[in-house]
Amino acid sequence: MFDKFDQIFVTALHWLVSFLPEGLRPFVSALICIAFVMSVFPGVFALTTVLERKILGRIQNRYGPNRVGIPFTKIRLCGFGQFIPDGIKSLTKEDIVPRAADKVVHFLAPVVMLVPVLLAYAVLPFGKHMTITDYDAGLLFFFAVGGAVEVSVFMAGWSSRNKYSLLGAMRAIAQMVSYEIPLILSAVTVVMVVGSLNLSEIVKHQNNYTFGIAHWHVFTPWGLVGFILFFIASLAESNRTPFDLPEAESEIIAGYFTEYSGFKFALFFLGEYLGMFAIIGLGITLFLGGWTSPVSFLTWIPSYLWFLSKLMTIVFVFIWIRGTLPRLRMDQLMNFAWKFMLPLALINILVAGIWHYMAADWPRWLVCSAIIFGAYAILGRGLMQNQNFGKRIYRYAE
Amino acid sequence: MTPLQACLLISALLFAIGFAGAVTRRHAILVLIGIELMLNAANLNLIAFWRFGPHPEALTGFIFVLFSMAMAGAEAAVGLALIIAIYRHKKTSNLDEVKELKG
Amino acid sequence: MPPFFIITGIVTLLGAAFAMSLRNLVHCALAMAVAFSGIAALYLQLDAQFVGFAEILVYVGAIAILIVFAILLTRSGEAPEKSVLTSGWMAGIAVSAMVFTMLGWAVLNSSAIPKETPPAPVATVKNVGDALMTKFVLPLEIIGLVLTAAMIGAVIIALKEDSQKSKSEDGGQQ
Repeated sequence: MFDKFDQIFVTALHWLVSFLPEGLRPFVSALICIAFVMSVFPGVFALTTVLERKILGRIQNRYGPNRVGIPFTKIRLCGFGQFIPDGIKSLTKEDIVPRAADKVVHFLAPVVMLVPVLLAYAVLPFGKHMTITDYDAGLLFFFAVGGAVEVSVFMAGWSSRNKYSLLGAMRAIAQMVSYEIPLILSAVTVVMVVGSLNLSEIVKHQNNYTFGIAHWHVFTPWGLVGFILFFIASLAESNRTPFDLPEAESEIIAGYFTEYSGFKFALFFLGEYLGMFAIIGLGITLFLGGWTSPVSFLTWIPSYLWFLSKLMTIVFVFIWIRGTLPRLRMDQLMNFAWKFMLPLALINILVAGIWHYMAADWPRWLVCSAIIFGAYAILGRGLMQNQNFGKRIYRYAE
Repeated sequence: MTPLQACLLISALLFAIGFAGAVTRRHAILVLIGIELMLNAANLNLIAFWRFGPHPEALTGFIFVLFSMAMAGAEAAVGLALIIAIYRHKKTSNLDEVKELKG
Repeated sequence: MPPFFIITGIVTLLGAAFAMSLRNLVHCALAMAVAFSGIAALYLQLDAQFVGFAEILVYVGAIAILIVFAILLTRSGEAPEKSVLTSGWMAGIAVSAMVFTMLGWAVLNSSAIPKETPPAPVATVKNVGDALMTKFVLPLEIIGLVLTAAMIGAVIIALKEDSQKSKSEDGGQQ
């Protein structure tokens, strides 16, 4: 019986599509899947904006928004209706385009950001048999469209003809490119152990249970390190604190979307948050078991609810980190990516290989954990020793 | 016209456009863009022949294209580094003005 | 000819034509990115999925960004000077037209082109990986070496040479 709840969306899709002739079925099926993604994830986005403001408020010892519930009524709903006036405000504000701006590129930049981010949702497995397009090279597709977002960041920064926008765009691109490498390398460990780039296959590999606990990749030494690296790199890819130097208000006003207002700003904001959800979704798929449940006696809960709850948990952790940690400076950020995360990701690949080839017993846990801990200690100590906290040296641009 | 001929015509036209740009424009970076377009045309040609030719299961054309893309990336990186170095030295990236070897 | 194929082909060729003829360099680079995505779409229609995704990852995600950074670092983003074409541009266009005519004639009248379309090949990631590790392992290792050499070379060429040993990280990506 619980299986029916689990597959309710799949059966609904098949039933809706069965009314049509054979030729039209792929198109209508695709359209219905697109409508599903476009309605669920912007809804989660709206919820997340309110949640973020409330959680950040509580961390900063104040209430977040708590007045607006259902508009035009007195029902407060603890402020969870805040996204409605926010959305209306963004849509009705005046769309100011600077006079010297490059009109076509300025107009297209939010669109070029949103399209790859929405394409990335096509390969994520939201539940059992619930992947929209199950590509054989699904993981590569995800990283490819992730790389296409950088073009839009540059377009936004350059077309505004504003030196702060350009500076913010350059910093954002440098940060995204630098953190793409530990992101991809930590995903490579999963691919090595599973043996496939297909995301549904990766989730199926984690669907076994020993002593009631699932074989999630995060419960292995290489998986834990891989998950932490992926988590930090995804914080950097989504330009979230502590990596939000390119777009922080006290640093550079708003970075590459300074000159955007109204609907275009809303599109950028939407694109950024949707990108965050997509990359968290990938992290859940790779390391946290996707749609599987952690313990074997809870498998009756539908798979998409597991995915959604894991997504919201990690979003909560993102917001928590935003409220807690200070911002990293640009050179600290780049040092961290290239000198700490990249060697650790490479050593993690080595450890995943050792894990795969050793026998499935307690020695491999010991060996792998020892290598990872040793690498972390050496890299960490080594890098901290090189910090000279003396007089500052200035380098000027020319 | 078979699909193979259509693909080959597109790749030939792409190659011609890339060649025309690389030979005609003055700016060094545009020449590099033309070269990248020519490389892509050749890759498209290879994939078309892999798909429509005999023995596609040998994957020869496919792997050739993967290596060709890697080489194109390496060559673009080195070429752009050269353009930046020349700009730093001669303060221009106009190919008509860097004709002499004399520093 | 399926209509989607024709549309993708036209988009690619228009992107390439704009990339080579616009005055503003950044617009040229963006048109080139459009041409690359068009080519990736063509690869996807030719059942070469891995190559299509790799094209977007490598060309649009890395090479287009590199070119854009180089345009900014050489201060070519502003309006160009009087003419953007070299002195011998007519000969260049003539040669390119000749090249295309010759290639087009060869393609349309060749007897080496098979008449029937073979079935779609199975280019799963597993087959590609097997081929890379068994038949093509030597080129794989060599390309690793070439990419390392290119990366180190690019960083060294673009390095700022001044007395204070300051390192810059431009031009060293990919």
